[in-house]
Amino acid sequence: MTLVESSAAELLGQLGAGETSSREITQACLDRTESHDAQVGAFLRVDADAALAQADAIDKRRAAGETLGPLAGLPVAVKDLLCQQGEPTTCASRMLENFRPPYDSTVVAKLREADAVLLGRTNMDEFAMGGSTENSAFQPTRNPWDLKRSPGGSSGGAAACVAAGMAPLSIGTDTGGSIRQPSAFCGVVGMKPTYGRVSRFGLVAFASSLDQVGPIAGSVTDTALLLDAIAGHCERDSTSLDVAKPNYLQDIDKPLDGLRLGVVTEHFGKGLDPEVESAVRAAIAAYEGQGAEIVELSLPHSKHAVATYYVIAPCEASSNLARYDGAHYGYRTEERAMLAQLQADRKAAQEAGDEQALDDIDTALVRMYRQSRSEAIGPEVKRRIMLGAYALSAGYYDAYYLKALKVRRLIRQDFDQAFEKVDLIIGPTTAAPAPELGQFDNDPLGMYLLDLYTVSANLAGLPAMSLPCGQSKSGLPIGLQLHAPPLEEARLLRAARMFEQSGAWETKRCEL
Amino acid sequence: MYTTVIGLEVHVQLATKSKLFCGCSTAYGAEPNTQTCPVCIGMPGSLPVMNEEAVALAIETGLALNLQIAGFTKWDRKQYFYPDLPKGYQISQYDLPITHDGWLEIEDPKGAFEPKKVRILRAHLEEDAGKSLHDEAAGKGDTLIDLNRTGTPLLEIVSEPDLRSAAEAKAYLTELRLLLTYLGVSDCNMQEGSLRVDANVNLHIPSDDPDAKDGKIATPIVEIKNMNSFRAVERAIEYEAERQHREWKETGRRLGQSPKQTRGWDDAAGVTRAQRSKEESSDYRYFPDPDLAPVAITAAEVDKVRERLIELPAAIRQRLVADYGLSLYDADVIVNQGRPTVDYYLTVADQSGDNKLAANWLTQDVLRTLKSQEIGIEQFAIPADRLAGFVKKVSAGDLPSSRAREVFDAMLDSGADADAAMESLGITQVDDSEIDALCQELLAANPKVVADVQGGKQQAIGALIGQAKKKNPNIDPGKFRQTCLELIAKG
Ligand SMILES: [Zn+2]
Repeated sequence: MTLVESSAAELLGQLGAGETSSREITQACLDRTESHDAQVGAFLRVDADAALAQADAIDKRRAAGETLGPLAGLPVAVKDLLCQQGEPTTCASRMLENFRPPYDSTVVAKLREADAVLLGRTNMDEFAMGGSTENSAFQPTRNPWDLKRSPGGSSGGAAACVAAGMAPLSIGTDTGGSIRQPSAFCGVVGMKPTYGRVSRFGLVAFASSLDQVGPIAGSVTDTALLLDAIAGHCERDSTSLDVAKPNYLQDIDKPLDGLRLGVVTEHFGKGLDPEVESAVRAAIAAYEGQGAEIVELSLPHSKHAVATYYVIAPCEASSNLARYDGAHYGYRTEERAMLAQLQADRKAAQEAGDEQALDDIDTALVRMYRQSRSEAIGPEVKRRIMLGAYALSAGYYDAYYLKALKVRRLIRQDFDQAFEKVDLIIGPTTAAPAPELGQFDNDPLGMYLLDLYTVSANLAGLPAMSLPCGQSKSGLPIGLQLHAPPLEEARLLRAARMFEQSGAWETKRCEL
Repeated sequence: MYTTVIGLEVHVQLATKSKLFCGCSTAYGAEPNTQTCPVCIGMPGSLPVMNEEAVALAIETGLALNLQIAGFTKWDRKQYFYPDLPKGYQISQYDLPITHDGWLEIEDPKGAFEPKKVRILRAHLEEDAGKSLHDEAAGKGDTLIDLNRTGTPLLEIVSEPDLRSAAEAKAYLTELRLLLTYLGVSDCNMQEGSLRVDANVNLHIPSDDPDAKDGKIATPIVEIKNMNSFRAVERAIEYEAERQHREWKETGRRLGQSPKQTRGWDDAAGVTRAQRSKEESSDYRYFPDPDLAPVAITAAEVDKVRERLIELPAAIRQRLVADYGLSLYDADVIVNQGRPTVDYYLTVADQSGDNKLAANWLTQDVLRTLKSQEIGIEQFAIPADRLAGFVKKVSAGDLPSSRAREVFDAMLDSGADADAAMESLGITQVDDSEIDALCQELLAANPKVVADVQGGKQQAIGALIGQAKKKNPNIDPGKFRQTCLELIAKG
């Protein structure tokens, strides 16, 4: 087994035993990226020298017998949405192409504390809006299993780099399924923790009440390892939960006794790909084989989840992205040309004697805002800003935003009631395997439906994860999704590990 | 004649050390952009964390203004684009303010208007924006932004439209500022922008029109922004009332027939000016800030703040009138000087035992001195206990009132107590036998004066007082006069 094929847990073992070094592992990841990322496009930036320097420093400290952090020497790739001090943090947007934050996000700081090697910044949909990583301003990411296909989104780069063996661990963010959906499409494991479990400080906000940072890895144990390093209370995030963090690795291999698994009727309706359905049913059967009790249940409001999500998320996004106005952060339009055009517009209106047109012409300030934003923000992000600004505007607020908040509460109530009867909910992560690139170019609503099974967890603030449970005939990964009650990440991980250990499906690496 | 109807929105900067959602300093006057951090300038990825001291100060103010304290309050985003608003929204409170429904009593000691309770609709917390500096001198029209003030905690106190004149509006603002400075929740420095006022003004004009409500027609409401002194508020209201009356006579336009207008006050020109409809039309798209958890305020927390609540200006005025026998006018003068002056007065009155005399010396000589020296009572050269000793002597007649002013000045110069000052001036107690002897001596030497007095011209004694003072400067002129009259009467 080569270094890039080994799990993070195995690599830690080898590092501890002195069989390999962080430099060797890091170099192997860099080589793999060097040879394959031109095709895949998972990374926006890799700083090989910096990564190797970090690796060397950790190797040196290990040699000196120092106590090291839990990820000591392991390379971790970070989605380009999390601030890293001094490093461009672009959110895959022209708007932030030159933004270098003067601070680390809490998650990046925790990775440093854990002595991880920060490998590079992964591609994503612009500002995390999208389900295919085609909405990056810089490059699309391709699914390593089939380069004609999308890796999913918005953490497509984060999932693809793990699937392609370029990094054993990576950090993604999940606002409506952005960790779980690309994990399912790329055949890796990904978790969205409970809202507030992982600090959002330094995570460039898309929809604050839904965003959550989470781990992506090649196995359940590796996922637990990474979650353990990044979870915990943070005083710089008011929405961070002030509760003790359990050790996620401690009991991960102990199967859960008397497990009651909820199967949601609504998850197996129209639109579910038959191959996905049979893989998920097989997974459920595997749990039954391990003594789990299967309980059929209904989440009656889940059918409104996508609509609810596509009101709340754009509302918050329209607000969160208002700061990118050309005055304070990021891109500003070329002012001289803008002012010349403005003058020409005024003159034309004056000469035409068109009072109305003259009155409608922007002030220089408004024109600067308008032009900076229109030039630097991509179409999908614009679409959502427009949606959100509309839904929040006077006269529509009650009909859209407030209504959505009410439905959101009902969705959470459905889950609360369900979890009185079951320990976990099991179902598909996505309705179908990875779509082809370009499939949604003229079909934004079709792309929004990719979130059908994943958005509920964000609306309800619950932890949920996706793990591989099969493959389509054409060789595309299929994801199994597990939902747990709030703060039950440990339960989620143990249950996922049970499936992994059952031998019902052996997680495969893709060939490149 | 019409009635002017006024409601005021007062923005007060709370006296916290750090900003509302970050640890940056709120001190005034630093170099531009030196008191900023990623949080207060809304840098991508940054998150606000609430300042609990600001919440406590808001509760304290609420209690002092008889406001209800909300058990549950939350933060909302008020969204608009402006260069000095770095996040594109201001964190404020929309439908669930931290305090609501209270009142402030105003009273004019000169009696220009009847005492009244001005209702307060709400007082909510919000963060301040930054400052735009227009660099027009360079001729380029450049605008520079200073974000030092961004995120500074403000309390917006919104009154009901209960005020009826510019004088009432000024009294309300004066009393509000006094109360806030007593509490110490704000320094209310208007030059530094710690207190800013917007006024909503319209007129109720008597009319026999059948549509008139209670026989009155209301003109459209105008919001006057950008007033940075109480004088400006008064002038703007007076100007606006006349302008609205003129406009009503011309157009007959009533409330509801045109949207609320925003006008700016041009202090130099002394006029309000309409702002362009583009500048005033706003849809703030308020919604709850998802980065900040709602705030639950328990009764215990309110009680804790209540415990630190001090005696308020109105109560002190009442106490000075009821317990110290002062006129409302004197009480008002003392209270309006601020709490340290009140404490100074109470010490002087209590230790001297002469409330009225203490008030006279304080409101006249002491305040005059403070004004001419441009200092506060804290820097005043005569400490309260020394002034008390001085007042006590004057009150007891141990220090002739004719020479009290000299002693006061000496105390002021040297910082000495009354005894030392009197000694330095050679003022000693003159006993009755000495006065008696002096009277006899001078009466004997001036038979004409005696004759004049016997003829009914008592003021003739005045001619002797100068001579008496020359012989003994410590003599009390009143006592001398009295003794002379008694001696003449006895024959
Ligand atoms: Zn700050």
